[in-house]
Amino acid sequence: MEVRAAHASGSLDATFAALADPTRRAILARLASGEASVNELVEPFGMSQPAISKHLKVLERAGLVSIGRDAQRRPRRLEAKPLGEASEWLERYREQWEARFRKLDDLLLELQSGKTQRKPRARAAGRYGNRNRKGGTP
Amino acid sequence: MIQTGALMVTTPSDREILMTREFDAPRRLVFDAFTKPELVSRWLLGPDGWTMPVCDIDLRVGGRYRYVWRNEKSGEQMATGGVFREVLAPERLVHTEKFEDPWYPGESVVTTTFEERSGRTTVRQTMLMETREARDGVLKSGMESGVERSYQRLEAQLAELAAKS
Repeated sequence: MEVRAAHASGSLDATFAALADPTRRAILARLASGEASVNELVEPFGMSQPAISKHLKVLERAGLVSIGRDAQRRPRRLEAKPLGEASEWLERYREQWEARFRKLDDLLLELQSGKTQRKPRARAAGRYGNRNRKGGTP
Repeated sequence: MIQTGALMVTTPSDREILMTREFDAPRRLVFDAFTKPELVSRWLLGPDGWTMPVCDIDLRVGGRYRYVWRNEKSGEQMATGGVFREVLAPERLVHTEKFEDPWYPGESVVTTTFEERSGRTTVRQTMLMETREARDGVLKSGMESGVERSYQRLEAQLAELAAKS
């Protein structure tokens, strides 16, 4: 059912790794509202400049953040493309499970609708039993 | 327009996948649906065309479970299994998971919690993989489901809704 797909971009691993850290996610959220220099990022996060720079390096390596033209400020800005790619993988995985959970929704509804139907074992056996007749009943 | 499902998938760390989903049923029932073979085999299915002919669950600490899925058309089979590490009905479940024909390396540890509020149950399932590469492999497997199938599903749902109204 689940086939491991070949994908052109090996950077997805780097994207997920970069996103695994809450501070880095917060930095991205901040950059989503506009570019910012390292100093401008230090203040709201209450972290040392080297600490922020280290997080920014990881984000840059993952291609999530780039450095703007202004040579003085060297503003960091958000690069949306890898983020989109990562969320696409998550979305497909989610779709797969959501399909299963919708079936579970139906099942739970059925289980709650009337005590008369509370014989799932017998029902399931009947269902599969009929289909697999040739294999089985003595 | 149809709102997509309420399932949330996130990656809390570089070796984990967390799924969060709310169900409109008391947790006793949801827990049963996750642990009783006759119920599990009715929803834990793959894409259309796959059935679950084997669903064995020995629900106790140290007990094993084994699931086999089969594609009725191609005859292709897939199996997974593992051991229960914690069983605290109807609150919490921890089990290992390893595919028999592994499409991702190593074994994962799956922790599932069931939280009830006003008759509704929130299920949180965390899958912890041995390596980041394995985790990403699992996420990438979602590719297989494809856009086409989700459109088909949407079509089916629209038809269902139309029939009801």
